[in-house]
Amino acid sequence: MPSTFPRLLLEHARRRPDAPALREKDFGIWQALTWGQVAALVQDLAGGFAAAGMKRGQHVVVVGENRPRLYACMLAAQAIGAVPVPLYQDAVAAEFVFPLNNAEVEFAVLEDQEQVDKLVEIREQCPRLSHLWFDDPRGLRNYQVAGLASLDALIEAGRAFNAQHPGYVNGLIESAQPSDVAAMFFTSGTTGNPKGVVHTHASLIDRATAGRDFDHLSDREEVLAYLPPAWIGQNSFSYAQWLVCGYVVNCPESASTVSIDLKEIGPTYYFAPPRIFEGLLTSVMIRMEDASAAKRWLFHRCMDLARRVGPALMDRRPVGFADRALYALGNLLIYGPLRNTLGLSRVRVAYTAGEAIGPDLFTFYRAIGVNLKQLYGSTETAVFVCLQPDHQARPDTVGVPISGVEIRVDDGEVLVRSPGLLKEYYKNPTATAEVKTADGWYRTGDAGFLDEQGHLLIIDRAKDVGRIKGGPDDGAMFAPKYVENKLKFFPYIKEAVAFGDQRERVCAFLNIDFEAVSNWAEHRNLPYAGYADLAAKPEVLELMRECVEKVNADLAANERLAGSQISRFLVLHKELDADDGELTRTRKVRRGHIGQKYAVLVDALYEGRERQHIEKQVRFEDGRTGMVAADLRMQEARRFGREERKAA
Amino acid sequence: MSSDIAAGAHERIDSFAPATVGPGILDQPAHVGAARKIGPVVLDVRNISLRFGGVKALTDISFDVREHEIRAIIGPNGAGKSSMLNCINGVYQPQEGSITLRGRTFRHMNSRQVAEMGIARTFQNLALFKGMSVLDNIMTGRNLRMKSNLLLQALRVGPAQREEIAHREVVERIIDFLEIQPWRKTPVGRLPYGLQKRVDLGRALAMEPQLLLLDEPMAGMNVEEKQDMSRFILDVNDEFGTTIVLIEHDMGVVMDLSDRVVVLDYGRKIGDGTPGEVRANEEVIRAYLGTSH
Repeated sequence: MPSTFPRLLLEHARRRPDAPALREKDFGIWQALTWGQVAALVQDLAGGFAAAGMKRGQHVVVVGENRPRLYACMLAAQAIGAVPVPLYQDAVAAEFVFPLNNAEVEFAVLEDQEQVDKLVEIREQCPRLSHLWFDDPRGLRNYQVAGLASLDALIEAGRAFNAQHPGYVNGLIESAQPSDVAAMFFTSGTTGNPKGVVHTHASLIDRATAGRDFDHLSDREEVLAYLPPAWIGQNSFSYAQWLVCGYVVNCPESASTVSIDLKEIGPTYYFAPPRIFEGLLTSVMIRMEDASAAKRWLFHRCMDLARRVGPALMDRRPVGFADRALYALGNLLIYGPLRNTLGLSRVRVAYTAGEAIGPDLFTFYRAIGVNLKQLYGSTETAVFVCLQPDHQARPDTVGVPISGVEIRVDDGEVLVRSPGLLKEYYKNPTATAEVKTADGWYRTGDAGFLDEQGHLLIIDRAKDVGRIKGGPDDGAMFAPKYVENKLKFFPYIKEAVAFGDQRERVCAFLNIDFEAVSNWAEHRNLPYAGYADLAAKPEVLELMRECVEKVNADLAANERLAGSQISRFLVLHKELDADDGELTRTRKVRRGHIGQKYAVLVDALYEGRERQHIEKQVRFEDGRTGMVAADLRMQEARRFGREERKAA
Repeated sequence: MSSDIAAGAHERIDSFAPATVGPGILDQPAHVGAARKIGPVVLDVRNISLRFGGVKALTDISFDVREHEIRAIIGPNGAGKSSMLNCINGVYQPQEGSITLRGRTFRHMNSRQVAEMGIARTFQNLALFKGMSVLDNIMTGRNLRMKSNLLLQALRVGPAQREEIAHREVVERIIDFLEIQPWRKTPVGRLPYGLQKRVDLGRALAMEPQLLLLDEPMAGMNVEEKQDMSRFILDVNDEFGTTIVLIEHDMGVVMDLSDRVVVLDYGRKIGDGTPGEVRANEEVIRAYLGTSH
């Protein structure tokens, strides 16, 4: 289907002008925009852009939550032939400087005062920036900033322009080619400056179509857009596939009402990274702990049955009659209401990706009848590379290559070839050459392999897989992410960072999950004064030790990974945070950076010290900084030897 | 050359602008222009004296409040701040003196009449309906403006339904303004204190008041909640042009927020002026810090 996004929009507007395209909850009511209205809005905005002097090939940054008018702005930019560049709305001002200068950005569409403030702050460093438009005028009435105007004003200007130049915008839409650049996404990047990933209309539309065909998506799907639009995953589900399938995309009222909005909309096609599924499960479990004994008993009995029978039913494996009958009863009493509470009762296809998902977590959702599957892809591959087919979802694989995709494993690293690969990294031929081979393969940087059934298995980042050096485990494989993920599968542990490459043994930093651990503490009448205090409680350290030792026992069972057992660990006094550069914007730990920043703590762990004082600068949400100090206690963890391994 | 002079003159006017508006917005970033225009006197309090039996709560207090300004009443414990607010509010009837609101002078008025004249207030000790949702609590602020009769309202038919929809829209705008959407349907009693204070403010705003009386809006709040509330008070003043009279203990907050400050001590007025003037007033310093003899 060679086309462009604006042409897809016009096609929907022509065929079904009165069908809803976008919904937004505003003032407590879901308000719909039809395809016809979206097309008219895009027409006006595009006229406004043209009147402001926007030219083909220029970049427009779009910063904000999922808002219908921001999506319309992306379409309007594409209609002109310009390239929308969505940026993360929660990034601090300084992080915008590089993308703005790299892409020579003159135009910016911003959601609200918060984003305007950030761009005004860095304006001197980005001299090209000349036009700023905002969606929500609140608090901006008295701003005297050159080039700042509202989207309403832009729409007015666009109407005037279109009246004077009828057919101008449509002419540009008609003359656009599928091979034109459609959008640029900046990857958060674990090292160095972010890289602008350039995609064409053809690559994005091809992959969105392949995903649609794989799961038989129709124009009747309901999707909730709640993740950052700057992330290509959200962009695929609520933009590329929205235009390819023609379904309805719903924008929540605000970031804090997502769980309520999810319940009201009841999406049929749902995507969430594992941490969201984990958050949902944690909140259910916390509420169950507060329930009466009878309810708890019933819940646990039903869940035991569900774990045994549910996944088998999902995978269409044979299940006995008695189990089927009991499961149906459980569905009536527990699973159905639970799906409803989670807002997942209408889900036909749910995906998770981005991080490894814990087997317990994955099984939980499939057990209660949610068709949760995994997919594999990245910004560079326009998301859709491998997807798990219905009835074949497994927690440890990421699915089979879908149509158009070829997979090859070269020296442990997974290589991909598909029509959805990036065109290039913007103004960075060196980096492009590093990942794209001459014959069109893309180096994913992931270590993994295809199993007998043709499913892809991912172990870790290829460059992160290391070796233990010296000591009793000399030469053993160390897969840090594998260890960290195992730790993070415990509800009490929010983040983990493991060190061990080229060292004698493995040590780790842990972050408690404040919600889960504070609830745990309340049930034990354990008083605490805040995050740092709770994280340092001896009882909490003991809880963490139990988790670490369970992971060690688990690792010991695997011959190849037994050397990765954790010997010492500590619990950090502050949450690892993207604002402090410790996590990427997609919440992946930046192990190297953390290792350097907290070198004192790493040394303390390896040198066998018992306590260590640490004082570090932190950055608050509003960009100010402050100092946080703590006295941390190092913890020893039991490792499991060969005999115990046998016993286990 | 001439254009240089013109530019210079312009700059001078700009630099004067904030000073006439008051120091309340001096902490705004440079790109934010001065927008509020302080208008004429809307509330004039003259020679108010209030006694409870032999106890003199207020003695001969006079001050005025101008349109669109934020006026603070401060003073040590028992200085008579809440009594002053209760006089304006019609809860207490002062024995002497007069209160003039938009040219209408009155001596005795009940709180319903005051509300009808466009004065709303929040309470030091929250007076919300704990078992009712946030939405319903704010809706009670619309009570005075509901015109259809009780029977129609109970049946939710015809004009009553249309009216409810119109009121709900106002309430939803307030919910949006105060950013309390996630708790729309939550019973108020289950919310943390800072949020309850916000709901209390929301209910007062639902009356669409011209004059808003805030009785210790930040009492018992942590720093973050205080920052939020300060922001909302400034926004109410800025977006709706509401004139605000507030009582507050936190001196930092008072000095940052208000345009002018009245200082009371033992029921007497001991200072009146901009925060800067009040801060320099020796009698005020003595009342707050005591003096060494």
